[in-house]
Parts: sequence; structure tokens; C-alpha cells
Amino acid sequence: MPTFNLTINNKKHTVEAAMDTPLLWVLRDHINLVGTKYGCGIGQCGACTVHVNGTATRSCLLQVSQAEGMKITTIEGLSEDGKHPVQEAWKDIDVPQCGYCQSGQIMTASAFLENNPAPNESEIRNAMHGNICRCASYNSIEKAVKVAAEKLS
Amino acid sequence: MATSKQITFSRRSFLRTSTLASGGMLIGFNLFNACKPDVALPVDISQLNFNDFNAFIRISDEGKVTIFSPNPEIGQGVKTSMPMLIAEELDVAWGDVYVVQGKLDTKNYTRQIAGGSQSIRHGWEPLRQTGATAKQMLINTAAARWGVSPSECTAKKGIITNANGETLGYGDVVKEAAVLEVPEDVSLKDPKDFNIIGKNTANVDLNKITTGKPLFGLDYKEEGMVYASVLRAPAFGQKLESFDATATKAMPGVLDVITIGEKVRAYFDKKESNWTVQLNSNDKVVVIAKTTWEAIKGKNAIKAVWKDESTPESTESHDKILLDLLEGDTFKTMRSDGNVKKAFAEADKVLERTFESPFLPHNCMEPMNFFANVTPERVHLVGPIQTPAAAAKVVASLLDRNIEDVHVEMTRMGGGFGRRLYGDFAFEAAEISNAIQKPVKMVSSREDDMTTGVYRPAIKYKIAAAIKSGKLTGYHLKEAAINGNMYGLIPNFFPAGAIENYQVDVANYKSNITTGAWRAPYTNFLASAEQSFFDELAEVLQVDRVQLHLNLLEKVKGTTDERIQYSPERLQGVIKLAVDKSNWGKTKAGGVYQGFSVYYCHNTHVAEVADIIMTNGLPIVKKVTCAVDCGIVVNPLGALNQIKGGIIDGIGHAMYSELTFKNGVPQSNNFNTYQLIRMGQTPTDIDVHFVESNMAPTGLGEPTLPPIGAAVANAVYAATGKRLYKQPYMSNMNVEEQIVG
Repeated sequence: MPTFNLTINNKKHTVEAAMDTPLLWVLRDHINLVGTKYGCGIGQCGACTVHVNGTATRSCLLQVSQAEGMKITTIEGLSEDGKHPVQEAWKDIDVPQCGYCQSGQIMTASAFLENNPAPNESEIRNAMHGNICRCASYNSIEKAVKVAAEKLS
Repeated sequence: MATSKQITFSRRSFLRTSTLASGGMLIGFNLFNACKPDVALPVDISQLNFNDFNAFIRISDEGKVTIFSPNPEIGQGVKTSMPMLIAEELDVAWGDVYVVQGKLDTKNYTRQIAGGSQSIRHGWEPLRQTGATAKQMLINTAAARWGVSPSECTAKKGIITNANGETLGYGDVVKEAAVLEVPEDVSLKDPKDFNIIGKNTANVDLNKITTGKPLFGLDYKEEGMVYASVLRAPAFGQKLESFDATATKAMPGVLDVITIGEKVRAYFDKKESNWTVQLNSNDKVVVIAKTTWEAIKGKNAIKAVWKDESTPESTESHDKILLDLLEGDTFKTMRSDGNVKKAFAEADKVLERTFESPFLPHNCMEPMNFFANVTPERVHLVGPIQTPAAAAKVVASLLDRNIEDVHVEMTRMGGGFGRRLYGDFAFEAAEISNAIQKPVKMVSSREDDMTTGVYRPAIKYKIAAAIKSGKLTGYHLKEAAINGNMYGLIPNFFPAGAIENYQVDVANYKSNITTGAWRAPYTNFLASAEQSFFDELAEVLQVDRVQLHLNLLEKVKGTTDERIQYSPERLQGVIKLAVDKSNWGKTKAGGVYQGFSVYYCHNTHVAEVADIIMTNGLPIVKKVTCAVDCGIVVNPLGALNQIKGGIIDGIGHAMYSELTFKNGVPQSNNFNTYQLIRMGQTPTDIDVHFVESNMAPTGLGEPTLPPIGAAVANAVYAATGKRLYKQPYMSNMNVEEQIVG
């Protein structure tokens, strides 16, 4: 079994896995970073979203062999103290219901706001359209993204 | 009177206490059972059997409070709201409270279930009683130390104060309080004195959720744990004939390939299967591997041969069967008032409409999974489940173990919606662990989850109204459903009691597709059908649709019919509030059209108005105004989450979602072929208003979902003159016609 050197949340990890193993399962099963969630495995729901070199990426579609040399950030590494403006906004609004999809929502929102710190409503809706929330906390997510944008500006 | 019935509980609480090695003390309350005289007071923590308790309050020497929340958390917020009830009467600062999920207690607890929006309704009295009793004991201790009467002392935010202004913290007296006699008949607060109940209170797991801490079933791990992926029949009606695992066994990480099914089959063969449990107990092939990915990959490489055990079914055949049932004579009457036959025979006008709904999977974001570790000593089960007690019982039976050997821990659930009422995933995990004698996590892929579900079945309704001299004289509702029918008090929901000649009939078709409860069972579509029908009926009767409801409800007032659980006054209250707040009936700018709907279910009264616009012939829901009467609102913040979530979930499934079958095979298996509502499709504004009330609270996990489908359909009619009878509406609208029209 090949080994891969990964940089995750500024820490180096060496993992042994088949080269087609999705980064998602390497994070969850090999490195024990379970904040990144499995939802669909085909890039349709966004629950597994991480940042790869700063871009929101579906970790279920990225093979471990492609992830070498990239700067990977998961929900656990988004901030040191859990106080990234997006995390703070999520708490201000009390967004989660079951909470399962929320780390993916937060990772999508934080990468989006990095590129567009002052989005309008339709830009927020477009950016978040790829993340499913089965509890339908969408209105709260939308509001939290707006609050996070205010915090960032 | 047809007001909400008072539920009565045994008020006797049994309390047990223990001093903690680390300081402070633990108070355990048996909430629902009478005192068991044979249980001795434990003297130290090591003798304390945690499973003997169903709710805990732990108070440290510093006065910090830990509350163990008894019921499973599926996103409905009970892990926050149930401890709020205890903390209110205990009178501690919410900021000093730490909440921990309680484990399953099969001995003493009666309702450790998440389902039916009942947790808060049933917990309202006993949980407050628990807090109040503990508070009284702490006060009594302080009073004794001061040598004053307890009645001269007050307690607030964890501080006891006497008439001289002296104070003691809960932590100062907690050890002595533990050995006091448990007081009976402590009084509960007047709602106007609530400090925690009624205040916006954030989800207790908020920090953990937003930082990705392990909380859910899929996150749970134990040393030496392996992963299992289960290959189940690809079509309903099929069973395993043979399989070839050669390729799988050669794959990296794969540890074993086994079959299961026998034990579950033996268990269910003994049992009379009811509508809720008709689980797939055919043989399944299980791939055991070191990681989830290797297990799933290994499963996908199994070459299996399946053969038909019963005739594979299709949506096309279901449609015909259900429509035939509606025309047939195999009905069972669920409620009959007056003489419906006569009313229709004498009618000078009859309105009759058929409403249709598809199968729906639950699609919890966290796919089904469970951890099991079966050892000679015990059976340890951990995972997301709405019915831990039932699962423990089944697992004990199918593994031929004593129920005392089976221990269940509930993780936070990545959604439930009814799917996690069925313990099939836990049974599988237990059977697998029993076979391999290792700790194992059974993990369903999304495809497994969607295609081997326990679905909301397709249901069709035929509703007919008899009209004579412009008056509604009869109402006849027929249900044709798969694997079961509406149950309990549903046939007595509105409009039962409001129409002199009224009848509800049900007919059933037994399918080999597994079906079960789905958020607001039956009413999730029944409300759409009836409230769409009433919109049309009002038009035929030439009455304002809101006024029609108010008039009908007037007739229910003062009813002596015990089966009528809804309150006509409270339904009228939510109607008036929704109408007022939505500017119903007033001219709208910008091509906005409104639809109205009202419903009672799960003990809660709800009215909704949907504002839509039409774009390219398709409706877009812009705003929903919702009026709710759920009694006292325990946690307004959590309540709003449930209400808004229920509404958007209802819009999504009424408009977009369906699962069809062809030769027994589900035609969608993931979110690329199955549509769930997404952010861009949600209303930008959901305006919620509560009816102010001092009545005992009722649940909110389900009641806002059922009425919304009709509110949307009625708004589409207002906009286009076209009635929608079949869900999902977007697949059954003639878009081209709409554009031209």
C-alpha cells in the first residue's frame, strides 16, 4: 500500500492508503478528523467540504494521491479557538438543528467570504446552493453568512 | 369541552443521591415510575448503577450543575429544551448548566423516544417536578443549618437566601441535601416567574458542532473497531441466491466476507409484523474491512445473484392499484358521523377530487450506521437511534441474551425524520459483531441508505363534498395507502366534528417495499390533500376560504366528542393571527399571490399563508407567514428553528421530491438523481407568530410541515387558475401550458 504525505491544518501526516481513497475517508478513518462529514460521496451535498489551498473542495471527490503537496484545512483547523467569524456567526444565529451538515456549510461559507467579503443576497444563495441541509436550516445559514460578512468587514 | 386534554403523570419522584469522589453530588430521579422500595440508597459512586437512573442532576461543590438529558436528540432540540425545564425549577443560572446525553435505561424509563413531537409535552410536568424537588431539598438543608424555617428562604440562580440576607450556594449544601427525605408535593413556578423557559437558548452542542467535534454515530470509534458494508438486495422482492467474493477478498483492507439475515429473520418470523416494522430480513452479504472506504469498495466488488421471491413492483402498478382501491369496496371505516350516503344522495352538487403522493425516502444527512460490540460479557451498542429501548429488546432477543446484558448509548443523530425509529441498522450491527466477535461499525453508503430504506409510502386520497342549497352537508374521505393506513386519532382531526355527515374510509395494499413513519406520518400528505380540497370547496360554495374554516370551527365549539382533540378556539386563533400578519386578502404588488392552509396535528395548531410569484410558469415561494399555538414556548430560538425547518422541508417535499420504482428497483440512489430542496429554492422570509398562551407546551418537530403543501398549491391556483392534485408539484405541472396561459 502506498504512503502519502499530507499537510492538514498545518500539520504533516503520513498515511498508508490505496491511491484512490477519497481524502474524506483518509481524514475520518486514518487521521481521526471526523468533523468532515460523509453525506453522498459524489460531490452533491457538500457535507465533506474542506479547503484545499484556500478553495472550498469536496473531499469525497479528491483522491488522497491528488492531495499531496496541498494545504488542506478542515473544520478542526479553521480556527485555533473555534472563533472564526463564520463559526461565531453560526453560534450567534444558533444555526444547527441536527448539525450534521454544518461543518460543510461553515467551510463553504468561510472560503466564499474570503473571496467575496461583502456579498449580496443572491451571491450568498448561489454560493451555498451546493450544500444540502436536510433539516432545512437554510434561512439561518443565509442569515449567518450575512452576519459573518459583517464581522469580517 | 374540546380543549386540549390534560395529561396526568404520577407525581411521585424517587430520588437517589451519591457523593462524588471528585466532590459534589449526584441526584438521580426516577421520573415515571413509582418508588421501588427494594432499591437501597447507594453510599458511594462505585455502587451507583448509572443505568438505574433516567435523569440526573449533578451538582458540584462549586455549584456547577450537570443535567443528563434523557431523550435522543435528532435535531429537534430536546437536548437543550428538556434540561431547560429541570434548570428552570431547580433555579440555577443556565450558564452554570452543562448538559450530557443520558444513556438508555431499560428498567425505569417509559419514553426514551424521539418521535411524534411528544418529548416536551410528556416531559413538561415531571422534568419541572424533578428540578423543583431538588431545589426544595437544597433549601431545606440551608434552612436547617441556619435554624430557620424553609419557608423563610428563597433560592435563585443557585443561591439560597434567608430573611436576614444570609446566603448559601447550592454547592455549599448539596452534600447534606442528598441525605434528606425527599419532599412530596413541591409547588411549581407560576409561568410569569420563569427565568429560563421562554428565553432564547442556544443549542447546547453549538460549540462542538461548529468546531467539528465527534458527536454523531459515524464519529464514534473504539479501539480495534472494524467497518462493515452491507450488500442488500438491489430490488424489493428479491433474495440472495449466491455470491462470489473472490475479487473482494483479494482487495486491500478487506478482512472478511460473511452473510447475515438469519437471526433477524427468525425474530420477525415469530412476530406479527405491523405497519411500522416490515424490515428486510433476507440474507445480506457483509464485507468487513479496516476502513469505511475499503469496506464500501469491497462490497461494490461482490458479484451476487439475486432471484425474485415475490413479484417486483413498480410505481406504475402502484398508481393503478391505489386508484382501483379508491373505486373499490374494501374500505374500513375509521370514523362515521350522521349519514354520508344520504347526504350525497340528496345533494344537488358534489365536488370530488383525487390527490396523489409518491414514495419518499428520509434521506437523513447522516446515513444509517451503528456500532456494536458483542462479547460474552455484554452487548454494547452505540449510535443514532430514535428508539433505543425497542432496539435493545430486539437485539437481546435475536442474540438470545438477557436484556440486562444489552447497553445502548445514543449519539447525536444526523437527522431522523422517522427513519431512525426502525432499529434495522442496529440489528445488523449486532448480528455482524456477534458473528465476527469484534467491535464493528456498520456504515451505509448514501446509495444503500436511499435504496434500502423504510419509505413514506405512496398514498392517494379521494375527497368528496356533498352540497345542498349552497351548504356543505356531507364529507367523505377515502384513503388508499401502501402497507398501512392512517391510525390513532388522525380520522378525528379537523374537519371531523365540523360536518354533520362525515366519513373516513381507508383501504390498503400490501407491498413488498418496506415502509414506515416519515416526519408527521400520514398527515404530511393528508393535510395537503384536505386543505387543497377546502380551497376549491370554498370557491364552489362561494364563501371566502378563511371564513369557511372559521364557520366550520364555530360548529365544533362545545363538542362532547372525546375523540376530537383539536381545539376549535385555538384553530380559529391561529387562523386569525396568520390572516392578520400576512395581510391576507389585500392587494399585493409585484405579482404576489397567496395561498392559505390550516391544520392541527401532534397536539399543535398551525395556520400558514404562502406568498408566491410565478417565473417562467413556475412558482417561487417568496414568503411564508406562520401562526402557531403550541402553548408555552419553552425555547423560542429552538422553536423557530423547528418551525422554519418544518416549513421548508414541507415545501421541498411537496414541490420537488419523489422516489419511483421499476421492477422493484428504486430509480434514484443519490442526490444527483433525487432532488432535495436547496437554499436557492427557499423563501427568503418566514414570518412566525406565536399565539400567547399559558397552556402546557406541545411539540414542534412535525406540526408545521403538513399544512404548507396546500398553502403553496392554493397560491399557485390563485396565480394561475390551475389546481395541483399530485405531488411533487413541479414534476406534475404542465410548464409549457403555464407559460402560454
